[in-house]
Amino acid sequence: MKKIETIIKTFKLEDVKKALTEIGLQGMTITEVKGFGRQKGHKELYRGAEYVVELLPKIKLEVVVHDDKAKEAVDAIAKAASSGKIGDGKIFVSPIDDAVRIRTGESGDEALG
Amino acid sequence: MSIIFKDLVYLSRNYPKAFSFLMVLMCCILPAPAYADGLDTGDTAWMMVACVLVLFMTIPGLSLFYAGMMRAKNVLSVVMQCFTIAALASIIWCAIAYSLALHAPPSQASEAINIHTFIGDLHCMFLNHQDTTALSDSGTIPETVFVFFQMTFCIITPAIICGAFVERMKFSAVMVFTSLWLVLVYAPICHMAWSGDGALFVRWGALDFAGGTVVHINAGIAALVGCVLVGKRKGYPETAMPPHNLTLTVTGAGMLWVGWFGFNAGSQLAADGVAGNAMLVTQLSAAAATLTWLGLEKALHGKPSVLGAASGAVAGLVGITPASGTCGVFGALAIGFATGMACFFSVTILKKKMGYDDSLDAFGIHGVGGIVGAMLTGVFCSPSLGGLGFSDGFTMGAQLIAQFKSVLFTIVYCGIVSFVLFKVIDLTLGLRVGEESETIGLDLSEHEEKGYIL
Repeated sequence: MKKIETIIKTFKLEDVKKALTEIGLQGMTITEVKGFGRQKGHKELYRGAEYVVELLPKIKLEVVVHDDKAKEAVDAIAKAASSGKIGDGKIFVSPIDDAVRIRTGESGDEALG
Repeated sequence: MSIIFKDLVYLSRNYPKAFSFLMVLMCCILPAPAYADGLDTGDTAWMMVACVLVLFMTIPGLSLFYAGMMRAKNVLSVVMQCFTIAALASIIWCAIAYSLALHAPPSQASEAINIHTFIGDLHCMFLNHQDTTALSDSGTIPETVFVFFQMTFCIITPAIICGAFVERMKFSAVMVFTSLWLVLVYAPICHMAWSGDGALFVRWGALDFAGGTVVHINAGIAALVGCVLVGKRKGYPETAMPPHNLTLTVTGAGMLWVGWFGFNAGSQLAADGVAGNAMLVTQLSAAAATLTWLGLEKALHGKPSVLGAASGAVAGLVGITPASGTCGVFGALAIGFATGMACFFSVTILKKKMGYDDSLDAFGIHGVGGIVGAMLTGVFCSPSLGGLGFSDGFTMGAQLIAQFKSVLFTIVYCGIVSFVLFKVIDLTLGLRVGEESETIGLDLSEHEEKGYIL
C-alpha cells in the first residue's frame, strides 16, 4: 500500500477529485492548509502600510492506494493539478504498513477499497 | 361619522361647486396651528431629514467604516464606542453642552471681548426653556429641530476621535474623556464658530459653514494627542495589522458619503439655493478626492485599492465641509483634489515618518483634511473663482488670515485641553488596558463578547 500526499492549488481540488474518481478511487481526505515554497507569498498594501503574506492557502489531499494503483493515481493527480505556473504544488508517495476498516475489522489491502 | 362621509361623497358627486365651497369654508373655520410667525414647513421638513442623515453618519456609517479596519478580535469594541458615544453625547448635549455652545446671551454681541465671546452660559441647561412653538435664531425652523440637528454634530465628533486609539484604550476611559471633552472643548469651539454675532471666529470673520474647525480639526487634533499619549498598539508597526473586512469599511464610507448631504446642506438650516449648492459641491469634492487618491495609488503603488477609494471619499467630504456654503463648482473640484493629495500623503508618509499610531487615521484624514479645507475655504469663496463671496469687506488675504487664526486657535486650544484631559484620566482611571487584555482583544476583555462566532 502507498500513501499519496499532495499539496495543490485550492481551485484545482475539483479537477483532482474528478480525475481520481475516474480511475476508480473511492475515498480521499482533504485539509485546508497554509504554506510556501518557491512561489513565496504576496504583498498587501493598506493606506501605505505594506504587509508580506508569506503563507498561502493550499489544499492537502491524502489518499492510500494499492501498490499497483499508485503510479496511475500519481499521474492522474499531476495531470489534473497542473496549471503550468509556479505554485502548482507537490506529490509525496510513501509506504503504508497496514490499514484497518473500523466497521468490519478487515485489514491490509482488503481494508482499502 | 360614516354617515357624514357618505353625505360628503354624495355632495361632491352631484354638486361639485357647492362641495368645493364647503371645503374651503371648513378650512377657514378650523383653528390654525399655533406656529409662531415665520415657521417654514419646507425648511422644517428638510431639516428633520438632515438631522436623521447626520445621525446615520455615526450609527451605523462611521461605526462600520471603522469596524472593517479593525482586527477581528477588536471589531465590537469600536462599534460599541461609537454607539455608546451616540447615547452619551445626546444626554450631555441636552444637559449642558447645548447651552454652553449655542446659547448667545445679549451681552455677547457687545463690542468689547467678553466671556461670551468664547462660551455661552447655563441658561438652557436640560433645555429647560424649550417649547414647541419657539423658533431657532434662523427664524424658519423650530428650536427643537435646531437642537437635535446640532446634537448630531456633537455625537459624530467624539466618535471620529475614537479611531486614533482603538484596540488599546479602555472603554471607560473613552467614555469619561468624551464626556469631559464635549463640555470643555467641543462646546466652546462650537460657540466661537456658530453662536452668531460677537463669537470669536465670527468677530475674526472666519468662515466655517459646516464644521471644519468645530468637527474635523477639533476631532483630528484630539485624536492625535490621544494616540500619542496612550501609546502605540503592542507590536506596531512591525506586526501586520491589516483591516479584517474592507466590505464593512466601504459600506460605512458609502453611508458617510450619503449622510454628509445632511451635514453640509443641512448646515444652511433651510431648503434654499445655498443648501442646494452645498449638496452639489459636496458631491463633487468627494468625487474629485476619490479619483485623486486612486490616481496616486496607481502611480505610486501600482494598484488602486478599495480602502483607498473609501479613504479618498471621506477626505474630500472632510475638505469641503467648511467651504460648502461659500465655494462654487471649481472650488469644490480643487478642494477635493487638494485634500485627497494632502490626506494621502499624511497617512502613507507623514504617519510612518513621525511614528505615531493613529490607527484608523482620524488625524490623518479629519485633522489634515480639515486644516486644508478650512484654509482653502478662504481662497475658493472668492467670487472670481466661482465662490459666493468673502466675509463683509474682506479681500482674499484678509480672509486667509481669518481662516488661519480660527484654525490655529482650534489646534492650540483643543490640543492643550485634550492633553490635560488624557493626562488626568491616565493618572486616575488609566487610559490603557493591560497587555494581556490587548493581546486577547478588547471584545473579550472589555465586553466579554466576540464579533464572530464561526
